[in-house]
Amino acid sequence: MKIPSNFRIIRLPCTGKIDIIHILRAFEKGADGLYVVGCMEGDCHFNEGNFRARKRVEQAAKILDQVGVGGERVRMYNLSSGEGPLFAQYSIEMVNKIKELGPSPIRLAKQNKAKAA
Amino acid sequence: MIIAEKKPIEEIIEEVRNYDRLLILGCNECVTVCEAGGKKEVEVLASALRMYFITQGNEKIIKEKTIERQCDHEYLEEIRKNIDEYDAIVSLACGVGVQFAAEKYLTTPLIPGVNTVCLGANEDRGLWTERCQACGSCVLARTGGICPVSRCAKRVLNGPCGGSTNGKCELGPDTDCAWQLIIDRLKALGKMDDYEKIAPIKDWSTDRAGGPRTVTREDVKI
Repeated sequence: MKIPSNFRIIRLPCTGKIDIIHILRAFEKGADGLYVVGCMEGDCHFNEGNFRARKRVEQAAKILDQVGVGGERVRMYNLSSGEGPLFAQYSIEMVNKIKELGPSPIRLAKQNKAKAA
Repeated sequence: MIIAEKKPIEEIIEEVRNYDRLLILGCNECVTVCEAGGKKEVEVLASALRMYFITQGNEKIIKEKTIERQCDHEYLEEIRKNIDEYDAIVSLACGVGVQFAAEKYLTTPLIPGVNTVCLGANEDRGLWTERCQACGSCVLARTGGICPVSRCAKRVLNGPCGGSTNGKCELGPDTDCAWQLIIDRLKALGKMDDYEKIAPIKDWSTDRAGGPRTVTREDVKI
């Protein structure tokens, strides 16, 4: 199974490192979607890292809904490090979903502004 | 510490809609600890507002700053040199900080970004509960260290009242009866004799009922 090439992987020591602001900044810079891939729940080396990440992803989604970008553009997945094919499957799923949703309103607004200028 | 809660972003958006240059001003003290108005929350709110106004085709200048305390002159002075760069300030400090900043910068509109809730403690991750109402004359020495003013709905000073059932308040099963807690603690301390002593009528003039309060300390004034 091939992994789509239209997303960028940002490595973290643990998903517990991710904060709401990291997710929001990605959207502010024009990302169309973002997904966080953490270890299986209950398997976190730091016990709660992936649970913290899930909460932050939920909070970011809520904020994105409130500001009209759309909370469905951000999602959290869990898999084990040995599940390469599943990673590819989730990537395809997310890329397809974002394609369905279309470009982020922020990217569109920035493009419109650049055109006008 | 002072416990505050973030205001809904929609409410803040409505308040700032007519200003083009904004400063989101955080406070490093209580509101940082209760995760409502510290540096992180400033970043998140600023980012959210920027995104909202970009999508609306109404891009604004939104700057971020978090100072040590908004209830102190010296820290609030830090923004004086740049104050003219902003049409309004969204302060994520408690009500004290917002007002102090407003008093200091007379011609800059101040918009609160949090709702100040109470004086409380961090009981658990994501749970803050009230412990003090700043009544101005503490009775904790006589009540086993549990406050009947802040934790009893009726502020009963010789309790419990008839609404106490199985250790819970008649408000609901989520509220402990303060007087049940007091009796339990007095028992643990072996001080149930104290419970028999009738508390005198409390002087409420030191509470909010006596009007806005001030503390003047001649011994530390310079």
